[in-house]
Order: sequence, then structure tokens, then C-alpha cells
Amino acid sequence: MAVILETVSLHKHFGMVKAADNVNLRISEGEVVGIVGSNGSGKTTLLNLITGYLKPTCGEIRFQNKNITGLSPREVVALGIARSFQIPQLYTGLTVLENMLIAVSTRSGKSWDSWTPLHRNGWKEEAFGILKRFGFENDARQVVANLPEGGRKLLDVAMSFILKPKILLMDEPTSGVSVKEKSSVMDALLKALKDAGVTSVFVEHDVEIVERYAERVLAFDNGRIIADGPVNDVLADTTVRQVVLGVE
Amino acid sequence: MRRLERFKLGYRVAILVGALLLMTAPLFLSNWIIFVVAIGCAKGIVVLGVVLLLRGGLISLGHGLYYAAGAYAVAIALNRWNIRATLFLIPLSLLAGGGMAALTGLLLRRYRGIFFAMLSLAFSMILYTVLFKFYDVTGGTDGMRIHLTKESSSLFHYYLTLILTMGVIYLGRRFIMSRLGYMMQAVRYNEIRVEYMGASVSKVIYFSYVFSGFLGGLGGGLVALNVGHVAPELAYWTACADFVFVAVLGGATHVLAPFLGSIVFEFVKNYAFKFSPNTWQMTLGGILLVIIFFLPQGLWSLTEAIERKVIQWQLSLKQ
Repeated sequence: MAVILETVSLHKHFGMVKAADNVNLRISEGEVVGIVGSNGSGKTTLLNLITGYLKPTCGEIRFQNKNITGLSPREVVALGIARSFQIPQLYTGLTVLENMLIAVSTRSGKSWDSWTPLHRNGWKEEAFGILKRFGFENDARQVVANLPEGGRKLLDVAMSFILKPKILLMDEPTSGVSVKEKSSVMDALLKALKDAGVTSVFVEHDVEIVERYAERVLAFDNGRIIADGPVNDVLADTTVRQVVLGVE
Repeated sequence: MRRLERFKLGYRVAILVGALLLMTAPLFLSNWIIFVVAIGCAKGIVVLGVVLLLRGGLISLGHGLYYAAGAYAVAIALNRWNIRATLFLIPLSLLAGGGMAALTGLLLRRYRGIFFAMLSLAFSMILYTVLFKFYDVTGGTDGMRIHLTKESSSLFHYYLTLILTMGVIYLGRRFIMSRLGYMMQAVRYNEIRVEYMGASVSKVIYFSYVFSGFLGGLGGGLVALNVGHVAPELAYWTACADFVFVAVLGGATHVLAPFLGSIVFEFVKNYAFKFSPNTWQMTLGGILLVIIFFLPQGLWSLTEAIERKVIQWQLSLKQ
């Protein structure tokens, strides 16, 4: 499989704090990669660096062999990298359907178009299709602020999914989702991504979810990758067990 | 037929009746009322521009700039260039407002909150000073009296204002329901998400601002034609504040709200001035306080309250 995303000697320093410390990783097309690590280990920083929210102190980020270091979020999205957020980033005063319609319409560019109605038929059908896929068919008219945290999280992912990315980076997609629903959410999510041929990277604290859904795991500590490999190998690693899982 | 659909039909009929009443108003209302309604509609166009920005979380305290630009463009074209064709004057006022907004918007799109408000106000005060100082071109503090032709009666200007207001209402509604209209709301709720959807916040604000500037220019041009006089006060901060005042008074939830607010404001101002010429501003301030306390969503929220009452009443009839 061809490498889709690569970082080379990536560093990000906030004063004396090293949030990313010589991060070298290669992710192949179609892989499902889980990222684990304790709080403050640099997982979200890595996502922020890749998606242009933060500029690296030094190092390089490559996407499909193209250097994308320092590009703005918009430029990164245009290349086919989408992300969801740890705290869902939504238009909270609008309805679920309107959020989705804005996402669908944005994909075709021309956000300054002041003539075409947002609620036009083709977009509505597509938006409803995605909402159904993610289990929102009965909540389309609901104002986002009234959704439970798990619902907002899922909607955040669905909005990124609608951009038809080549790779989707998800920051804790199941946090805020009830224990009962976690598996069904991840099943729906990863099936949709697999069907669409999207490479998936997800940050997750729940080891059971990582064990069940990731094909490969990256373990982070103090901004460094301390283990990288198949799920069982990484989760059995002594350092990972001590530092990340807190098991002696 | 569902209750809501029936109500919406009633709503449309009410709007149509209102439009017909305005069209036939000169037959049964005195000239001064017709004049106040025309001014209310023309200023309502400017307020709609302010409201479109408010929907994106931007408070423009500088719409006097585009309003004055439109008005002075008409005055200069009439007085200095002797151009008397309304067909030319109206697009000219539009271009003056829109062109100014296209220039200032390049800088303003980078700012939010109080910085946006104060910078927009600063631009307007710069124009005020220019109009004030360049006596030879602008007439200085005296302003310019507009020499109109015999054909252009006040009735002609009333209908011109009314027809253009209806056109603007259609365009405003179209804008609010469009991608750009929704993108402005998206910007208000979450700029980060807008950027991560691949859209440019800066472009969204810029294009909305220019559209809003066009409306400001058109409103100014119509006021100039109706009043027959322009003065630097059109760009003064009190004029700018009036537009924001009316936007709050009318509300920002419907395209008609700025027009309702503007017409009510013009009448209240007239009567307040008539009954308390020295303290009319206090009367206006008191009214705004009452609106903020009892109708925080503006006068238009009264229609929404009526909507709820009608639906409740229909439900109680069924039971």
C-alpha cells in the first residue's frame, strides 16, 4: 500500500514544553490507525499540526508525497484531509440538517454564492442520506445545541465525512458517547469510512475500542512515539502498559 | 391542510394586503405620512444591510458611510453633472455604496467584535470629515440641495422607493436563504469549523459586507431623492447608531423586520419631536429600553408570538 501521510522529524515546542518531539510516522492508504497516550502526551497536537491548526517548530509533513507543512486548514482540507474535534465544532444555533447542508454545499466551493438556496433538492437528498447513515434521521430538525454530547460528536464526524476526504483524523470520536453505544457508533463510523475507501486515524482513550477497531496503534508519551505496530504487540509492550495504560 | 401551512398562507396573505395598502396609501393618506413611510422604507433598506451582518455576529457602526456615499453620489450626479435619469441615478447610488464597501471591506473582514464596530465607525467619520471640509464639491456643512426635474414628484419617489423596497425584500430573503446567508450564520457560531469545511471565513464576511454596502448606497440614494437635500450628518456617528438602533428595534429574525422597525422608528421620532422637541431623544431611549426588556428579539417577535397564539387557539378548538 502506498504511503498517504508521513511526518519527518516533526517538532512542536511551546516554550520548554515539547508537544511533538521528533515524530516520524508513515500511514498507508486504507489503514485504520489508533493513537493512544495519556493526557498531554501530544496526540491532539499531532492532529493540529497535520491539519494546519498549528505550525510545526521544525520538521516536515507529507501528504501523498507532497510537502504540506505550514499549509492553512483550508488548503489541507482541499487536498483531502478532514478532521473531527475533541470538543465538537458545530454551528450550535442551527439545526442538524442545516449543519449538514452547509457541509454539503461547502464541498462544491463558492461559499460566497448569495443566490442558490441552501435547501436545494440535490443537497438535501445527500444530507439526508448521510444523516440516515449516521443515525440522525429523526433529529434532522433538532437544533444542535439540544443534542446530547454523543450526538454532537457523531455529527462532527459526519460533517467531516461528507467532505469525501482521503484521510479522516478523528479526535476521540467516542468520548461522550455512552458505553452501550460506543461499539455501534464505531461500527457505523468505520464501516462508512471503509466503504468509502477513507484512511482512518483516531485518537482514543478507551483501550477496548482501540483493540477492537484499530489495525495498527501509535502510542505517545511526552510528545514522542514510544511504540508503533500491530495492536496486540503495542498494547502488550511493557512501557506502553506502564506509561499509557497505567498498568504495572 | 396542516396548521402551520395554513398559518403560513395567512401570513403571506397579510403581507400581500400590507403591500397593497402601501401601494394605494397615497389615495387615502396625507402627504406627510406618505413621505415618512418612504423615508422609513429607504432607511429600512440600509438597516437590512446592518441586519445581514448582525446575523453573522458583526455589528456595523459605520453604515452611515455607504448611506452617505449613495446620497452624495445622487446629489453630485444631479447638481454637478446634470444627470437626471433615475435609471442612472439609482445604479449610481448602489455602486457608490457597494464600491466603498468593497474597499473598506478589504480591511474590515479581518476584525471581529468591538474592533469591527469601531473601525467601521472610524471609516464613516472619515467620510463625514471629507464631506464637511470639501466645501466646493460637497457644500460643506450646508450640504447640497438637489435640483429635481418637474416630472419627479414626491409621488413618483414614493412609488420608486416602494418598488425598489419590494425588490430588496426579495433579494434580502434570497440572501438569507442562500448558501452565503447560512455561511454568515455559520461564521457567527463557529469560524474554526467553517475553515475546516474548506470555506474562507474572510470571503464570506467580505462578500456579505459588500452586499450590505450596496444596500446602504441604495438606501442613501433613495433618501436623497425623497428629501431633496444631503448633508454630512448622513455619515455622522448618530446616523450610524440610528441604523443599529432600528435593527434592534425591528429584530433580525425576518427580512421584513428592518422595514417594520424603520417605519415605526420614523413615526416615533416624528411624534416624539412634535410633543417634546427638546427631549425627543429621551423618548426614543425609553422606547428602546422597553423593547429590550419586553421584546428582546425586536418588534418582529410580536408576529411570532401571534403565530404561537393562533396555533394554540386552533389546537384548543380541536379539543
